[in-house]
Amino acid sequence: MAAIYSLYIINKSGGLIFYKDYGSAGRMDTNDSLRLASLWHSMHAISQQLSPVSGCTGIELLQADTFDLHCFQSLTGTKFFVVCEPGTPHMEGLLKHIYELYTDYVLKNPFYEMEMPIRCELFDVNLAQAVQKDRVALLGR
Amino acid sequence: MQFFGGSEISPSPPVPTASGNNAYMLYVFNRNGVCLLYREWNRPLKTLNSHQDHKLMFGLLFSLKSLTAKMDPTCVDKGNLGVPQLPGQGCSFHSFRTNTYKLTFMESPSGIKIILVTHPRTGDLRESLKYIYNLYVEYVVKNPLYSPGTPIRCQLFDTTVDQYVRGLG
Repeated sequence: MAAIYSLYIINKSGGLIFYKDYGSAGRMDTNDSLRLASLWHSMHAISQQLSPVSGCTGIELLQADTFDLHCFQSLTGTKFFVVCEPGTPHMEGLLKHIYELYTDYVLKNPFYEMEMPIRCELFDVNLAQAVQKDRVALLGR
Repeated sequence: MQFFGGSEISPSPPVPTASGNNAYMLYVFNRNGVCLLYREWNRPLKTLNSHQDHKLMFGLLFSLKSLTAKMDPTCVDKGNLGVPQLPGQGCSFHSFRTNTYKLTFMESPSGIKIILVTHPRTGDLRESLKYIYNLYVEYVVKNPLYSPGTPIRCQLFDTTVDQYVRGLG
């Protein structure tokens, strides 16, 4: 049983630049994930408009019947969101850690072009480790 | 200055303050997207006129629901993104939280959507929404003068909802 179902990274204009599935049921092809990512981008923007108080930065946590979606937006507008089991703890920490990995292994990669899909081996390796560590920590709790 | 006396006895009930009331707004929509009821208790920021605001809110809920239905990681057969679904069909959501507010959402089998916007640090309000739905059934649906699909103008319902929401933690 996976604690984390999938991870998405979208750039500041809503394009999907990274998607990884960790064992969710059902088929999700590339088009579906692209559409979901850009839909999330717009919903995030609309939620800011509907805020009753000023200074809203968009949805941080969406609680659905069968999953939780945690979203972290960096200062430059890149959004990281993770789909996990309802009530999974410490997801903010994991997202911050993934952001750190992104800055270290993607942004500092001289061959990476900004806002383009992420294809960096080191990022993949370290991300897999981070998610695995999180899963082990969860089993230990 | 006693000439203008009588000011000790407050002429009107005290102005409701935000303290002790965590609720910001309440929306009730029917399945066609008509806003049946809109109440606000504490809303300093208004960027849109009320009609636009209601449309945007309904659109947000509609799209978030199709997003969750498609994203549902436990269901094998999900269909395409954006296929129309009946109330209760597909994976829905019950709340979301931003840094400034929390929105709790409930949909009845007949497609009545109740939305309560509160302070971000309020707890689970699903039971409260069910209670508000019960109030709706008691005071609006059972009101013989109410014709379905029109905005709710029912004083008893208004006051009861107001009282209940003000009493929420």
